[in-house]
Amino acid sequence: MNNLDILMLVLFLLSALWTVMTVRLLRSVIGLAVTSIILTIIMFRLNSPLAAVFELSVCAGLISVIFVTTISFTERVSAARFLVRQKERWSKFWPLPILLAVVAAALLMFVKAPLIPQLAAGQALDARNVIWNLRQLDLAGQIAILLIGIFGTVIFFRGGEK
Amino acid sequence: MSLLLILVPLACLVVLNLHFKQGFIKGAFWLGLLVILAQLAVVALLPTGLWDMRFNPLECFFHFDASVDAISLVVILAVGLVALATLLCAEHLIKEPKKKFYFVNLLMLVLIGLNGLALAKDLFTMYLFIEIAAIASFILIAFRKDPLGLEGAFKYLLFSALSSVLMLTALSLVILFAGGTSFAAVGPAVAASAGTWPARLALALFVCGALIKSGVVPFHGWLPDVYTAAPTYASVLLAGIITKVSGVYVLIRLFVSVFGFDSRIDAAVMFLGAASILIGALAALTQQNLKRLLAYSSISQVGYIILALGCGTPLAIAGAVFHFFNHAVFKSLLFVNAAAIEQQVETQEIDALGGLSARMPVTGFTSVIGFLSAAGIPPLAGFWSKLMIILALWQAGQSGYALFALLASVLTLAYFLSLQRRVFFGKLVPGLDGVREAGWGITTTAIILALITVGVGVCFPFVMQGLILPIKALVVLP
Amino acid sequence: MNELASQLFYYYSVAIILVTICGLYCLIASFNLMRAIIGIEILMKGATLSLILAGYLTGNLGTAQALVITLIVIEVVLMVVAGGIILWLFRHYGTIDSQELRKLKG
Repeated sequence: MNNLDILMLVLFLLSALWTVMTVRLLRSVIGLAVTSIILTIIMFRLNSPLAAVFELSVCAGLISVIFVTTISFTERVSAARFLVRQKERWSKFWPLPILLAVVAAALLMFVKAPLIPQLAAGQALDARNVIWNLRQLDLAGQIAILLIGIFGTVIFFRGGEK
Repeated sequence: MSLLLILVPLACLVVLNLHFKQGFIKGAFWLGLLVILAQLAVVALLPTGLWDMRFNPLECFFHFDASVDAISLVVILAVGLVALATLLCAEHLIKEPKKKFYFVNLLMLVLIGLNGLALAKDLFTMYLFIEIAAIASFILIAFRKDPLGLEGAFKYLLFSALSSVLMLTALSLVILFAGGTSFAAVGPAVAASAGTWPARLALALFVCGALIKSGVVPFHGWLPDVYTAAPTYASVLLAGIITKVSGVYVLIRLFVSVFGFDSRIDAAVMFLGAASILIGALAALTQQNLKRLLAYSSISQVGYIILALGCGTPLAIAGAVFHFFNHAVFKSLLFVNAAAIEQQVETQEIDALGGLSARMPVTGFTSVIGFLSAAGIPPLAGFWSKLMIILALWQAGQSGYALFALLASVLTLAYFLSLQRRVFFGKLVPGLDGVREAGWGITTTAIILALITVGVGVCFPFVMQGLILPIKALVVLP
Repeated sequence: MNELASQLFYYYSVAIILVTICGLYCLIASFNLMRAIIGIEILMKGATLSLILAGYLTGNLGTAQALVITLIVIEVVLMVVAGGIILWLFRHYGTIDSQELRKLKG
């Protein structure tokens, strides 16, 4: 547990905070992608390369594309409205960093590391073995979820203006 | 054998989407009907031993960890019935063939999700199938792309995401103390750890997530808005089965097969159940919109199931599962009647309706049966399940809760009688003279569901033998 | 070994709790519907990290990674459907600002 890990955690928190607090929506989406990248690095440090690569390619890539697509179809904000929104946003969101600082301080100072009474035994299974051989019902479920995604796309994103 | 319940709808989906000269768009309804009827036939007719039979060719490729026990059978039966009701309703309420085609596809996906949920023997698999049913239902709620439906779908999405995060955090705690998520791994680990903080916290978080999905007070904020905003055929599906299976059945599984009974969490669950009964019934007394009233009535009835679940004795669990089945049947019946009214009269405001039973006799009569079963009047099915719940509470020493449940039945009777009087009896409102009975699909569905309610109530000894006693045998107290 | 595990668990779970608070705040206090979806995403990242942490501490990384991969698939489809709903809401009302939506509904 060395300093690099703690740095990564702090960066994770800061990028999530920036994603929430920033005013422009596109910057928020970029912040989400940056948070995903930092999460990928954290997962690599925790010996989970498969999940990390998935997270990187899908969350930092595909989901950002989906968000930017949706935003480009829907965002139509005039300059005056934008200034009003900026002020409203700051007025509603300034408690968040303070809240986070307070909670962090409270947790770090007063709550000691809890003793986990019974850590389960590790079965050193390979993730690929788990997915393809042991959890095949999950695979059927994933096929169903992807089909739902396809139908959702067809129903919502096809068909012209109402 | 049991995995066919998932593979057959999947195959149906694939077949529907191979476009052979547009032929299947018209035939979609009949293919979906065939699949659902096959599911009902399999549950009703297949002897229990045959469920674990394995197909040798399939065994070469797949190795699913799925099995069926008595509670799963009841769930699968209920799922089949409500899906049938939805399909027949939608046949009449959706006009364009293309939309009907998409609807049948989404219904098949919901069927996969709910069947998988009933068959799963692993906590994460349960979560996955909950999400399948939920995301398919978002699309169904927003199906007509009208503003109200879209907002309802978005609200349900937000609450469902909250519930997902709670369940996932609980799952990570489960991995911490049990090393895996299957029932076989978690059960012994919970028994061994006996009240340490990871097990308790994991159970509490999972229960909170399931309570959000079942619409129990204080997590019921989404339920009335979503049931009202959804198109009525989607409301039948949501109210009849999705809310219950993804919420209540998950709780039943948690208590019966995985975590066992923990006294503090049980007491909290019982209290929330009783609160739901009260708040649902009181709110239903003041509603002006038919579907909203039915939504609050759903909250109240689910409160009964949760109350019995918190009690924990075998009789209580059997009563809870039986009431689950009955509620699926009579709530779907009531929503089908609402669909009939919507199709013919185009409004859901109670003040605008009146004296409809003169013009819509089948709808009026079946709704009377639905109301009486909900209020727990003998000899209908609702009476027996409520009796079991109240008896179980009394025997377990919770006489306060038992009396409360008894009194709340009176409240249920009150709001349903008032609804019946205002909508169906009384004088015919002047603008409604030209109203005729609803289409054949809707009335047939209503008649079938009413017959089931009456039949289960009258033939209760057989039901007791076939369904209830196996459930009692399943519940083993620590 | 248990000491090291507790220490690690402690720091990571403090981070997870803080990120969850961020996500919840974003979800509840946002005007824009897209922001609410971003809040859901942040919450799910916290859940992903907690799953991987649990897998790492107990040595069950195979199971944990399989769960995370499935979770990411669910997330993507959820985002697609949410984006579709928001798109149609925009087409109806011309705005996805939830305050203006509330004004329109009355």
